[in-house]
Amino acid sequence: MKRQFPLVITFFVGMLVIVSQFIPHQPFGHLSDTLESWFLIISGFAILLGQLNLLKVNIIKIHRKSRNWQYYIVCVVSFVVMITIGILWGTQDQPGLLGQGSALVSFFGRKPFDYIFKYFFENLSATMFSLLAFFMASASYRAFRARNLESSLLLISAVLVMLGRTTIGTWLTGWIPENLTYLHLPQIADFIMKYLQKTGQRAIMICAGLGIVGSSLRIILGIERSYLGGK
Amino acid sequence: MKKIFVFCVLLFLFGSSVWASSDIPLTAQDHPDDDGSAIDLSWKYEGELPFSIWIERSENGKDFKLISKIAPAKTYITDGKNIKPGNQYYYRLKFVDAQSNIMASTDIVKAKSEAQWFNSRRTPLLVMVIILSSAILYFILSARKGKHLFIRKIAGLDTIEEAVGRATELGKPLLFVPGIMDLDNIQTLAGLNILSHLAKKVAKYDSTLYVPVSKSMVLSTAKEIVKEAYLKVGRPDAFDSDSVFYLTDDQFGYVAGVDGIIVREKPAATFYLGAFYAESLILAETGFESGAIQIAGTAMPSQIPFFVAACDYTLIGEELFAASAYLSDQPNQLGCLKGQDVGKALILITIFVGIILDILGINIITNFLQMK
Repeated sequence: MKRQFPLVITFFVGMLVIVSQFIPHQPFGHLSDTLESWFLIISGFAILLGQLNLLKVNIIKIHRKSRNWQYYIVCVVSFVVMITIGILWGTQDQPGLLGQGSALVSFFGRKPFDYIFKYFFENLSATMFSLLAFFMASASYRAFRARNLESSLLLISAVLVMLGRTTIGTWLTGWIPENLTYLHLPQIADFIMKYLQKTGQRAIMICAGLGIVGSSLRIILGIERSYLGGK
Repeated sequence: MKKIFVFCVLLFLFGSSVWASSDIPLTAQDHPDDDGSAIDLSWKYEGELPFSIWIERSENGKDFKLISKIAPAKTYITDGKNIKPGNQYYYRLKFVDAQSNIMASTDIVKAKSEAQWFNSRRTPLLVMVIILSSAILYFILSARKGKHLFIRKIAGLDTIEEAVGRATELGKPLLFVPGIMDLDNIQTLAGLNILSHLAKKVAKYDSTLYVPVSKSMVLSTAKEIVKEAYLKVGRPDAFDSDSVFYLTDDQFGYVAGVDGIIVREKPAATFYLGAFYAESLILAETGFESGAIQIAGTAMPSQIPFFVAACDYTLIGEELFAASAYLSDQPNQLGCLKGQDVGKALILITIFVGIILDILGINIITNFLQMK
C-alpha cells in the first residue's frame, strides 16, 4: 500500500495533466496551473524542512568537532543573524517586530537585513559567478587542444567565432571587397552560430524532448520507480 | 426662412452623425481553442491615423465601458479581461486624436464567448504523443514477451561501478549533485533515478556518498531514495541520514557550498546529474582540479559543452533520461528506450520529407507542425 498509493496518484495526476493540455474547457483548462500552485504551497512548507536540516547538520558537526568545524560556525552564525534581524526590523517595506528600525536605517542607509544582503551576500555571490570567467579559460584551453580531427574542427570553429565576435575580426577582414562579404569574419561567425551550432543544439533538444516523453511515460505508468527508492 | 433653418439643423445633425459613425468594419468572435475567456476583435481602418484607439465593451449593448486604449496601428486585439464563458459581449471602437476628440467610431458588434472541448491547434502534438506512446508501449510489451532488444553502450554509465570501486579503494567519498532545480523538473527526477542505482552500489561497496541539495523537496526525496537503496542491499545500519543534506536555494551560494565540499573532502568521483545553469562549469572545473572521476549529465543544451570540456563522461540530453532504464536492465524500461528510438526515426523521416516538400513549394508538413 505504501508503494502502490504514490504510484496511483502519479498515474492519475500525470494523465490529468496530459489531458488538460488538449482540453481547454473547465475543469481541465487551468488544471496544470492549479497543480503548479499546489506544488508551490507544498514546497513552501518544505523550505522549513531544508532550514532545519541545514541547522541540524551544521550544529552536529560543531558539537562533534568534526574536521573543519570552524567553517560550520560561520554558517550557523550567519543563519541566526539574518533570521534575527529579519524578524526584528523586517526587510525593505515590511516592518519587523520592532517596527521599521528608523535609527538603524539612518545609520546604515537601509535596513540591517537589506544592508547585509546587498553589501555581503550580493558581493559574495558575484565573486562566485566571476570565477566562471577563469574556469572558462582553463576549460577552453583543454577543450581546444588539436588532438584529432574533431578537436581540430572545434578549435578552428572556436577561433573563427571568437575573432568574428570581436572588433579585431572586423578589422582583420574589413579589406575584403563587398562582393565577398561571406568571407568577413563576423559573417563566418554568424554562419557558424546560426546554422552549425543551432542545428546541433536543436538535435540535442529534439532528442531530449523525446527522452522527456519516454521518461514521463515510464513514471506515469509506474515502470520507473527509482524515485520511490526502487521496485 | 423657417424651412431653411430646419434644413440647416437637420443637415448639421445628419452630417455630424455621418462624421461620427463611419463604415469601419469591426468583427468580434469567440477566441478559438480556449476556455471561453477571450474574444477576438479585428477591424480595418483606412482613414487618417488616429492618436489612439479606445475599445469599449458592454454586457447589455447599452452601458459601454472603456476597457483598453491601444496603439493606432493595431488592427486586431484579443480581449481577455474578465470574459466569462457563455456570456454575450458588445463592442465598439473609437478612434481618437491627441486631444481625445473622436475622429471616427465603429458600429456596435456582439460576440458570445464559448469554451471548447478540444484545442485543435494542438492536434499535431496529440498525433505525435499518440505515435510516440504507441511505439514505446509496443516495445515495452515486446520486451516483456522476451524479445531481445539491443541497446548501445553508454560509457558514462558503465563507469559508475568503476568510480565507486575506486572511491572504496582510495577511502574517499563520492559526491552526487542533482542540479539546482526542484522536483517539478524532469531532469532532477532523472538525476534522482540514477542516484538510486548509485546509492545501491555505494551501500554494497561500503563507501561514502555525499548528496548536497539546493531544494527542500529534493532533500526529502533524495534522503528517501538513498535510505531505500541501503535497505535494498541489506545494509540499513550503514545509512547516514546526514549524508544527504540541504545547503541553500541560492544558485551561487550552493556552488560555493559544493565547491567547498570538493576542495575539503577531495571526492574520488563526482556526479552532476540534473538541471544546471551557469554553475555547471564552476562545479566541474573544481572537480577536475581535485582529480576526481567526473560523470555529468544534463539536458540543458547551453551547459553540455562545459561538462564535455571539464568532465570525463557526459550524458548528453536524452542519455540522462535513458540512464535509469539502462542501469536497471529491466525489459520494461529497455523497451521504452527502443520506443524512443522509433520516435527519433519518425522525426528524422518527417524532417527529411518536410524539407523536400518545402523545396518543392508544398508546405503541408511545415504548416501542420507549426500548428497553424
